[in-house]
Amino acid sequence: MSDLVVAVLGKYNYWLYIILMMIGIYAMIAKKNLIKKLVGMNIFQTSIILFYVSIGCKKGGTIPILEHSPGHHMVEPAHYINPLPHVLMLTAIVVSVSTFGVALALALKIYRKHKTLEEDEILMQLRPE
Amino acid sequence: MKAIGLIIVVLVGALLLYSTEDFPSWGDPASPASVHVAAHHLKKAIPETSVPNVVTAVLADYRGYDTMFETSVIFCAGLGCFVLLRLFKKRDDDSYYRHVATGITLHIKKDKIPDASSEFERIDTLWTPYDLIVKNVCRILAPFVQLFALYVIAHGHHSPGGGFQGGVILGASVILIAISHDMRTALGRISEKTVHILMAVGVLIYSGIGALCILMGRNFLDYAALSRILFTDKIEARSLGIFGVEVGVGITVMAVMISIYNNLSSEGRQDEGL
Repeated sequence: MSDLVVAVLGKYNYWLYIILMMIGIYAMIAKKNLIKKLVGMNIFQTSIILFYVSIGCKKGGTIPILEHSPGHHMVEPAHYINPLPHVLMLTAIVVSVSTFGVALALALKIYRKHKTLEEDEILMQLRPE
Repeated sequence: MKAIGLIIVVLVGALLLYSTEDFPSWGDPASPASVHVAAHHLKKAIPETSVPNVVTAVLADYRGYDTMFETSVIFCAGLGCFVLLRLFKKRDDDSYYRHVATGITLHIKKDKIPDASSEFERIDTLWTPYDLIVKNVCRILAPFVQLFALYVIAHGHHSPGGGFQGGVILGASVILIAISHDMRTALGRISEKTVHILMAVGVLIYSGIGALCILMGRNFLDYAALSRILFTDKIEARSLGIFGVEVGVGITVMAVMISIYNNLSSEGRQDEGL
């Protein structure tokens, strides 16, 4: 039992990201409302961002902004957290906002045509019995 | 559907949790992600680009192609929103005017809309902010928000910041005006045409700097080639090239944020909305 607790506490970032990701997937699968599906997609993206940022973390490391003075070029990589996941997520955040905008635009178009955002009602309109 | 979804989610979650056994533990300095290219970036950032913020150096120099196409993705998202939503038909609904001195609201039925005058101001059907404090505080705040955004873009070499963050703050300042006043005021400050030109100009600046590097005889986006026209050494030229690219990113992100907001909140009519 104590082994499990140590295993969970040592990797709690993965547990958090998997729980968030599953909440997002569940919202995308089970919810009928299109906006709720989109919010689920956003939670999913946030969990990926959390995952990447937590990968870059190093115990005892500081932010990757170096001292800029002449003759000070010796850098020990273990003292600075990994900049690569931060770069990837920096662009991913803005791209996720933009794609969310496009998704909302599509939802607005659907609402204009069908006057509803509920998936089952839209399907009923598309497939008249 | 809910039961199936729950089963799928629990199964996938259990599989993912099982796989974390092989993952490095949290904060491990020797994890695979931190030992190969990341260590190289940290060691070489200052000698090669003279940019202390390694995130900026990697973003705009080592991974310049990636960032250029991310900027294009944002540009395409802005265009997609425009193409999906924009309606060029004038709305033929009723319009509302407010007499400035007395605050009386006039409801004009489907008729010719009178021109704006100093006595009457047009107000939206659903969104009628009429709070002097909110209006004036937001109006005074907007230039300071923009100044901070310019600082975030220009100081991205030495502190957390850069084109993406600064561009979002710049866009937020215009959206603040649109929310606190109305959309017509914000469109009076920065028109739809300007926004769309700026969207393209940002991508053009980025790829133009890349193409300039080819013209100067080096690879695409190899900023060291700019040293001859900037009259600096190669390392300083890389730093300045990164700055130019960040400006392009900032312009595109700002314009796309404003464009998406305008189209979404007014349902593509761009006359009234939040």
